Amino acid sequence: MNPLMNAIEINNLTKKFGELTAVDSVSVSVKQGEIFGLLGPNGAGKTTLISMLVTMKKPTAGKATVNGFDIAEQPDEVRKSIGIIFQDPSLDEELTAYENLELHAAMYGVAQSEIKKRINEVIEMVELKDKANEIVKTFSGGMRRRLEIARGLLHYPKILFLDEPTVGLDPQTRKHIWEYVKKLKDERGVTVVLTTHYMEEADSLCDRVAIIDNGKIITLNSPTELKNSLGGDTIVIATSKAAELAAKAKKFKWAKEVTPHDGKLTIRVANGEKKIPLLIEAARKSKISIQSVSLHKPTLDDVFLHYTGKTIREEERSTKESIRIRTRAWSGRR
Amino acid sequence: MSEASAVYWMWKRELIRFFRAKSRILGSLGMPFLFLAILGTGLNNAINIPGYSGSYLQFMAPGIIAMTLLFTSIFSGVIVIMDRQFGFLKETLVSPVNRSSIVIGKSIGGATAAVIQGILMLIIAVALGMPINWIMLLPALAVMMLISMSFVSLGLAMASTMEDMQGFQLIMNFLVMPLFFLSGAVFPLSSAPQIVQYIAYIDPLTYGVEALRFLLLGYTIIPIYISIVVLLLFFALTTGVAVHLFNRIEN
Repeated sequence: MNPLMNAIEINNLTKKFGELTAVDSVSVSVKQGEIFGLLGPNGAGKTTLISMLVTMKKPTAGKATVNGFDIAEQPDEVRKSIGIIFQDPSLDEELTAYENLELHAAMYGVAQSEIKKRINEVIEMVELKDKANEIVKTFSGGMRRRLEIARGLLHYPKILFLDEPTVGLDPQTRKHIWEYVKKLKDERGVTVVLTTHYMEEADSLCDRVAIIDNGKIITLNSPTELKNSLGGDTIVIATSKAAELAAKAKKFKWAKEVTPHDGKLTIRVANGEKKIPLLIEAARKSKISIQSVSLHKPTLDDVFLHYTGKTIREEERSTKESIRIRTRAWSGRR
Repeated sequence: MSEASAVYWMWKRELIRFFRAKSRILGSLGMPFLFLAILGTGLNNAINIPGYSGSYLQFMAPGIIAMTLLFTSIFSGVIVIMDRQFGFLKETLVSPVNRSSIVIGKSIGGATAAVIQGILMLIIAVALGMPINWIMLLPALAVMMLISMSFVSLGLAMASTMEDMQGFQLIMNFLVMPLFFLSGAVFPLSSAPQIVQYIAYIDPLTYGVEALRFLLLGYTIIPIYISIVVLLLFFALTTGVAVHLFNRIEN
């Protein structure tokens, strides 16, 4: 691939289901080697957008190229250059882990002489080597997910799509999976596109995040920039001389809002962590004692609220997802 | 190259699954066995087949083998719905492999499993006293394969338009059982009422039963070449329809 080319180039891509516009004229490009997140609530159009990019659904209008190939005109080329980890489980439960991988290698035309080596490589990476010859039916949800990731990598895709990779998994497994994804990017330079409705996931994993709601991309930037765009952090200083310290703090040009209120001083600033030492220094000079300092960074939740006027809350899980989680739990138990 | 290995793996997958589900092997032999062992031996002395010198049990054995093939192969086609529910179908559908390779691999795989069942049934039938024309054994196996592949494809075609297994009972009662009963597997068509005969002649399984009867017993009421031609046409039709419907599955 041309190193200057974008991994994915999307131009006014639209998908309608009857009256409903699931993806509304989205234009965006994904750079090579980045982890790109699509963050939005259930039903925002994330999965539909991905489905079009992986050639599973045909766009109603617009164009997109993946790895330089047109999704409508060169679907086979697109399919060969991508790996997909679906939102829902997609393993053959009656086969062993190894057999699942062998089957995938065959379907993606991995050379016979390469298959064994590659399977060992990916299965080692997701730490399932000792389970290779066990039937998938006996695997836990997290193990299945890891196996799916290994499978998605088997044909050395340039771009990996992960649709809600950690839905229904426990926090520990979730972190584990984040580590694999980071490793992929760092060690293999794989471009990763993932959808999520977990703020923490988008925040800790993605280089850039597009917030998507009602089929449109509302804003796009690195998680840090997105959070900074809200006008900064909140520093709360507990001190008996709040009013006095407030007067000092107001002298700093960067202090946007300074509000003293009984025993506490709240200051809004950009890059709060860098301003705390300055404030402490100022307090020390004026011999004002400080009991505690806390810093509240805006979260992506705040960003989402700012741009859409609503929050993504986990309790807002759609029925579909709860069913999914239950199915996963159930199939993992058998 | 990758198409060939995809076909091979689809076939292998069916067989791995088949041999891992021991209860399924026994389960699907149960009904044909009861037919043959109880109905066959029970009616053996009560029924004379006009124009056929052998016993009733011998007459019905090829029919029961065909029944085994029909049940097993329709089932292994329809079971694709489970692949869909458990998500595995998606993995195959988004791969760069041509969908006709997937259909063909599955149909050869499902048919191989069905023929293994058919051979087990054949062994049981021989044990119960069916004579066998050994020279014709290989052609008989080929016909068994042809019948099975057609019905796996039929099952696949139906499965690709169904969302879940709810409709399976419907298929059993309104398609599979009539196909079986109308095929002349358990009674001679020549002595059936005219109307039943007409319907029997549009039942593709009739030609399968008659072909097997000819190859195993040397007795048939339909010339073998007609049976073979009809079976080949039916095979082409069901495979074509299955490929077509499979190509239409979105997502």
